[in-house]
Amino acid sequence: MAASSERSPPPFPDSEEPELLEDSDEEADAFTGTSISEMDSPSPDSTRPPKDIFNEPPEDIFSDPLSNINSEPQKKVDAKIPSPSSDEAVDLFSDPLDDDSEVMSSPEVQNPMPDLLNEPVEAPKSDSSSKSSSVKKAASAEMFGDDDDEEDLFKEPPKVVTKKPQPSGPPVDVFTEVKSDVKVKPQVKDDPTDLFAEEALTAPAPKPSSGSSSSRTNGVHSEEQDLFSEATVELSLDSPCNDRKNKEAVKPSVSAPAAPVASSSSKAPSKSLEELEEEESEDKFDLNISITNPEKVGDGMNAYMAYKVSTQTSLTMFRSKTFTVRRRFSDFLGLFEKLSEKHSQNGYLIPPPPEKSILGMTKVKVGKEDPSSAEFVERRRAALERYLQRVVSHPSLLQDPDVREFLEKEELPRAVSTQALSGAGFLKMLNKATDAVSKMTIKMNEQDVWFDEKIQDVENEEQHLRKLHVMVESLVNHRKELSGNTAVFAKSVAMLGSSEDNTALSRALSQLAEVEDRIEQLHQEQASNDFFTFSELLADYIRLLGAVRGCFDQRMKAWQRWQDAENMLQKKREAEAKLLWANKPDKLQQAKDEITEWEAKVTQYEREFERISATVRKEVIRFDKEKARDFNRQVIKYLESLLHSQQQLIKYWDAFLPEAKAIV
Amino acid sequence: MQEGLDDGPDFLSEEDRGLRAVNVDLQTDATLQVDISDALSERDKVKFTVHTKSTLPNFKQNEFSVVRQHEEFIWLHDSFVENEEYAGYIIPPAPPRPDFDASREKLQKLGEGEGSMTKEEFTKMKQELEAEYLAIFKKTVAMHEVFLCRVAAHPVLRKDLNFHVFLEYNQDLSVRGKNKKEKLEDFFKNVVKSADGVLVAGVKDVDDFFEHEKTFLLEYHNRVKDSSAKSDRMIRSHKIQCLTCFLFCSLLNRFFLKVSELFEKTRKIEARVAADEDLKLADLLKYYLRESQAAKDLLYRRGRALVDYENANKALDKARAKNKDVLQAETTQQVCCQKFEKISESAKQELIDFKTRRVAAFRKNLVELAELELKHAKGNLQLLQSCLGVLKGDT
Repeated sequence: MAASSERSPPPFPDSEEPELLEDSDEEADAFTGTSISEMDSPSPDSTRPPKDIFNEPPEDIFSDPLSNINSEPQKKVDAKIPSPSSDEAVDLFSDPLDDDSEVMSSPEVQNPMPDLLNEPVEAPKSDSSSKSSSVKKAASAEMFGDDDDEEDLFKEPPKVVTKKPQPSGPPVDVFTEVKSDVKVKPQVKDDPTDLFAEEALTAPAPKPSSGSSSSRTNGVHSEEQDLFSEATVELSLDSPCNDRKNKEAVKPSVSAPAAPVASSSSKAPSKSLEELEEEESEDKFDLNISITNPEKVGDGMNAYMAYKVSTQTSLTMFRSKTFTVRRRFSDFLGLFEKLSEKHSQNGYLIPPPPEKSILGMTKVKVGKEDPSSAEFVERRRAALERYLQRVVSHPSLLQDPDVREFLEKEELPRAVSTQALSGAGFLKMLNKATDAVSKMTIKMNEQDVWFDEKIQDVENEEQHLRKLHVMVESLVNHRKELSGNTAVFAKSVAMLGSSEDNTALSRALSQLAEVEDRIEQLHQEQASNDFFTFSELLADYIRLLGAVRGCFDQRMKAWQRWQDAENMLQKKREAEAKLLWANKPDKLQQAKDEITEWEAKVTQYEREFERISATVRKEVIRFDKEKARDFNRQVIKYLESLLHSQQQLIKYWDAFLPEAKAIV
Repeated sequence: MQEGLDDGPDFLSEEDRGLRAVNVDLQTDATLQVDISDALSERDKVKFTVHTKSTLPNFKQNEFSVVRQHEEFIWLHDSFVENEEYAGYIIPPAPPRPDFDASREKLQKLGEGEGSMTKEEFTKMKQELEAEYLAIFKKTVAMHEVFLCRVAAHPVLRKDLNFHVFLEYNQDLSVRGKNKKEKLEDFFKNVVKSADGVLVAGVKDVDDFFEHEKTFLLEYHNRVKDSSAKSDRMIRSHKIQCLTCFLFCSLLNRFFLKVSELFEKTRKIEARVAADEDLKLADLLKYYLRESQAAKDLLYRRGRALVDYENANKALDKARAKNKDVLQAETTQQVCCQKFEKISESAKQELIDFKTRRVAAFRKNLVELAELELKHAKGNLQLLQSCLGVLKGDT
């Protein structure tokens, strides 16, 4: 980690002091992605134990405490508390001894220690002797298993804390100590909040002190690196809920001024976030949408299919628990259009609706009781259902009034412009725009490795899915062919059986014909299963990946805007310089105004870009998670269908076997 | 390319047993045992090593082997067919020509497409095709062996001189394939024969047994022909489906390793289901297609003899009426009568044998088919269950 390596050259204790605090700050930054509990724990003694808990790179632990102990005696107390909880046996052995000797020999070094450490100065002195033995025990215990460290966490701090005359109560939790630090250093508070909420916003945020600002930049760096290396893991741990919720959750805890409340409230949000997470996943189940009863409305070419959209929910945002509306296909397209208008420039991934199929619909309109049109309707019904479920499972789209209206409101204004707009058409348009943009901004040097890789991944995946889709289609066709041929064979065997003059053999053959007949049905079912579980799923995800690419494009556009603004600012500055040189004070003021204006714009665009990046990243991670879950579910479903057909097969052949044996 | 008989993968060895089972009632007679101990596939011909074990006095040794080719089998078969002596017997159907073209072509195509797939896919595919080739090869060998076994088990045909020569003479029999002219002659003969067959079939048989057999065989043959073609088609589409499944697997591979492994396994089972169906069902039907053709030929010969006999009777009546060439007509009539009676006598037995053989063969094959289907389905079921367990545990 960058933070620790930066710290390794030992500076003077006094000058180190503000830095020290910032170090803690940085580490807090590093955890931006993980959870709130770490977020509001900017002091070193609290940040480190969590690190261990989260199994950060071990080098940290090696370098951190050792360097602290050797170079900065005033940090000893800090180092001491986390050390038992760290997994490193090395620390445990070296720590207590070092502490002891140094504490004894140089007590005056600890005097300049500031606020928070002032009070507990005595604690280690008296503590260390009694503690060293217990620490060793702990060390020996820990050498055998990392799992113990949690126990230690709970065992050790009380010992220390009881002797500390600290204002905050002696809760067992590591986080409580964090609290006390937060209180002491109020300037740190703002940063974690912002950082957590939106790292983009923190960059231009006013810095509390010059010292902190210098180290802040460091912090940002290390944080970014961390995020890149752990983004996939850490962020996916994070709940997919939006910034707003996080902010809400964080704010009360950090800004809470009352000391005793702080300790409890700090715990509360960390829990409540988890709860939120859980709640949210439960919510998804709570909101049950099904589309049923496709019905043809009207006659001739003006006919359309209306679907019954039934919602079952316990969410309070809806007026009742169950409600039903009737919607037609273009309403679904209209919903998509509204959503993408509102949200796509923010980098949200809007689930694309199924494509409009003129051919299929015309068939439905014209044909009366055609099995193929029935299949088409069923296909579309299922696709629409999946589409709606995807929309409502998106936490921010669910909040959208249009979605609510779509689900609840009896009559929707007729979506007009969707007539010409189908999913495919829209995507095509989007793709065209994409190509144009990407041609323009082909020089966009991607600073973000994560995005670089992801964009590549998405493209590869899309290609791969396309291939897979083709393959599944041919698989389905072959299975249908097989089923047809099996049927023909069954008939033929039945004929053979009828002409066979040995009665037993004749019966066996007709039985065989029956078995083959059933197998034919199995094949047919399997073919439709193949189709519905795989083919449709793949088609969905090909569309979704297109939407993901759209998100990336939105991000690119934001970047483009930012860069343009940057260029413009540059030009304005040059103009100002020229004016200055030409000594034209009358225009200078105007130029200066323009510069400030553009500076503001640049900052704004940059923020926008950062925000969109964060959103897109979150969206993509969420998408990946959903995808994994979806595929998993579908595969399980598919396997179950296979299982079922195998069971049937066994049943059929089992029944046939005695018949075959009965041939004399 | 050389392939021994014994070095195939497991499931291929089943095929041998399976094919031998096509006609089950071979009398296991220690006095004459014939098998094909080895086979060698060369560029466009297959050399079978025919191994004979016998205690019959007309063989010089008790045990010997000769190398024979497909054409020599055909020659032996034709010599049986042409021999008037054997008119009253069902001549065991000749083995089909070895046909590796399709398989070879696929291998060649694979070689061309080598660049377009990953190495792993290529080796898998190659193994697949090689296994297929080996299966066809073994099937061919088994068909030839079945023919020899049938002949060796036949009470009359086993004593045939040509057969003995075929078994014992350790030089090339230097039978040549038929040239164009002969093929043309054969074709015309066949046309005449089938036209004649229609005529003969129209003749009302005096014997109810034969009348019944005749109608039965005519219908049966057509039905078997139909079934055989249909089963072939079914199995072919099954195999194609397996192949698609294979490609699907290799694509899926990059997505979920675990699932694709399962698919790979189930697909293998599925391929074996197809292979077993091919073996137990399609081959059985094909064999009986040929066998019923042979039985039909026997009936045709009998019908022909009957027509000849009736004609001779008429000629005799005419000769008697005219009192001219009576003696000659009488002898002809007697020869025809004898011939007809002989054919009828042996044909009756042969047809009864044919029926028992058929029933037994169908029974055996259908039982085995059902058992194999059950085995594979159960294997599949187990695989699916375990995989589902893993997947559900994951989530």
